[in-house]
Amino acid sequence: MITINGKEQPFTKTTLQELLVERNLAIEICAVEVNSILIPYKDRDNHNLRDGDTVEIVSLVGGG
Amino acid sequence: MTTQKIPPLQLQNITLASRLVVGTGKYPEYETMQTALEESGCSAVTVAVRRERLVDDKGRSILDFIDCDKYTILPNTAGCFTAKDAVRVARLGRDILEQLTNPGSSWVKLEVLGDKTTLLPDPVGTLEACKELVADGFSVMCYSSDDPIMAARIRDAGATCVMPAGSPIGTGRGIANPCAIKLCIDVLKEPEHGGDPLYPVIVDAGVGTPSDVTIAMELGADGVLLNTGIAHAKNPIQMARAMRLACDAGYHGFRAGRIPRKLHASASSPWDGTIAGE
Repeated sequence: MITINGKEQPFTKTTLQELLVERNLAIEICAVEVNSILIPYKDRDNHNLRDGDTVEIVSLVGGG
Repeated sequence: MTTQKIPPLQLQNITLASRLVVGTGKYPEYETMQTALEESGCSAVTVAVRRERLVDDKGRSILDFIDCDKYTILPNTAGCFTAKDAVRVARLGRDILEQLTNPGSSWVKLEVLGDKTTLLPDPVGTLEACKELVADGFSVMCYSSDDPIMAARIRDAGATCVMPAGSPIGTGRGIANPCAIKLCIDVLKEPEHGGDPLYPVIVDAGVGTPSDVTIAMELGADGVLLNTGIAHAKNPIQMARAMRLACDAGYHGFRAGRIPRKLHASASSPWDGTIAGE
């Protein structure tokens, strides 16, 4: 299993970039942490995910 | 009539043509936000970092309504109650802004809050986060209470500017303690009190009306940051325009030098030559 933004789901994808493609986020502006460590956007292709990882995907919203 | 152009606000490598910084939260819809930002004349806007909520129910992102070539985007750490979380969110925001190649990428509007009731800053957490972010290369715009001692501590920690609260976030109570704000400004900007005239002070939070903006500027602030006062106004676009004009009025008012307050009246018309009572 892999936890994405607090929700568990089956682990299928190997790289972070593949996960983003699956979620239709590959071309969106977002930032990603894996196990509380920021993975810079340039490194997503090379970052292999593992079973049990916790992924946080964040983006910009309105704020003061 | 002459129109004196107000000089831009310099924050390290960022030059802000307008002295209003406007938040992008709480607007009824993106289109209103977009027009209000334009009417406010602002050149920097704040945004928040949140879990994947990339598009609204119409498939639109907030970035579809903010011209990244026109506005400097300042990510905030709103919602953080610890230094650790604030640093984490700041780094996530930087990663996003670097993808946008926006000048705000090395900037953060730092908020470390004490609780959800007051949304007042936690001074200890704020100072801790400020130091860590400065060491990590961030330019920190630091939300603070209106305590002048804390304001000086934040400056000494390396913050690019200190942003004392007029009153708690979203309250619309305006400049609740003008004396405290003035003390912050004196300590940070007046050489005789150990300040530097070029050190930027931006009053943040609590603004409800255009006159609140003017008061902050008349006290000598370099700028004002606001969100709810525009976004929740009955007519956000008209209010944005009013806030812009109020900021300009306060800027000129402070520099023009106000008259001293007196107890007794002083007639504006001459006594000499009066025929009353003859």
